[in-house]
Amino acid sequence: MARSDVQLMLDVKAGDDSSFELLLRKYRTPLVNFLYRMVRNSATAEDLAQEVFLRVYRARKDYAPSAKFTTWMFRIATNLALNSRRDGRYQQLEVSIDQPADAGETEQPAFEIPDRQPGIERELIARDRAARIRQAVESLPEKQRAAVLLHKYQEMDYDEIARILQCSESALKSLLFRAYETLRVELAPLAEARPARPSMPVQPKAER
Amino acid sequence: MNCEEIEKNLVAYLDIKAQPSERRQVETHLSECAACRERAEGFRLVWGLLDELPMVSPSPAFDAGVRARVAQEPRAGLWTWAVPSPRLALAGFALVMLSLWLSSFPPARQPVVAVTAQAQGSEAEFRMIKDLPVLEDFDVLANFDALSDLPVAPQAMPERSDQPQM
Repeated sequence: MARSDVQLMLDVKAGDDSSFELLLRKYRTPLVNFLYRMVRNSATAEDLAQEVFLRVYRARKDYAPSAKFTTWMFRIATNLALNSRRDGRYQQLEVSIDQPADAGETEQPAFEIPDRQPGIERELIARDRAARIRQAVESLPEKQRAAVLLHKYQEMDYDEIARILQCSESALKSLLFRAYETLRVELAPLAEARPARPSMPVQPKAER
Repeated sequence: MNCEEIEKNLVAYLDIKAQPSERRQVETHLSECAACRERAEGFRLVWGLLDELPMVSPSPAFDAGVRARVAQEPRAGLWTWAVPSPRLALAGFALVMLSLWLSSFPPARQPVVAVTAQAQGSEAEFRMIKDLPVLEDFDVLANFDALSDLPVAPQAMPERSDQPQM
């Protein structure tokens, strides 16, 4: 039987480093993806994700399972991402997403999983769409962006996201509403011209 | 429910996480409001578009980077508490050396003793001046003839400090 995250962390606390290795393998991809969308730079995202794991490891002695492990970990990640944006430490490293969408997306991030489109034309269209979607997400205010990323990609519950963002559940729902409303307006042209066969499975979240 | 109130309920409704009563209220409003109906459909489309964003994977060096950072962390061993930090050890050594250096100056002690003796003399003199009225009273009482007629106490005279209370 697989151990829960909390149990793994308690085992790390007891001195079992192999449990930390399991947590690392389980959460490295979600964390890097989240931070990549937050700080808009792959190298910075990796650096911050490593810092998150380091802080988790450092805190092992005082760890008490008062909240879900993911709530705790993503709260560290969110704070690090917001602080890194504010203190300007990574400003020079940042790949500007503020550029026009076409300019920023010609170069694919080194570790991005490539689309397996049959034709080059379709691939270019998919990349262009992805670039515009990405720009729309990254143009959201930081807190709205974090809320969308945690809601849409991490599929967290409202109370968990509210804890991470340190706001009430009601405020979070309004935050998500405003974020999705902005995206709806920004991405309306793409929504109207959806490809017949999307590059990735597209399913309304409500139908999952 | 109106268009403003739906702000706090629409996302939960689309997530199928709204309470049954809220769900009914949202459905009623959506059936009456074309703008919110369009908005709800737009949200669903946005969620579909967000699925088109490619996932990123950590670089092959990611795990090694984490392990390297973790390896630099101090490990708590059985005797870790007993091993002083380099700064603490240096501070202790400096303190010992300073004490040894200061103790190599014996003449410096004499003025301290003289000042102390002078201070003690002044204090005794001050105490004597303070007790002067009592001493005077004692002299008067000691030479007072009427006291000699009193029966002799079986024990020694009481302490001097008790007499001035009369």
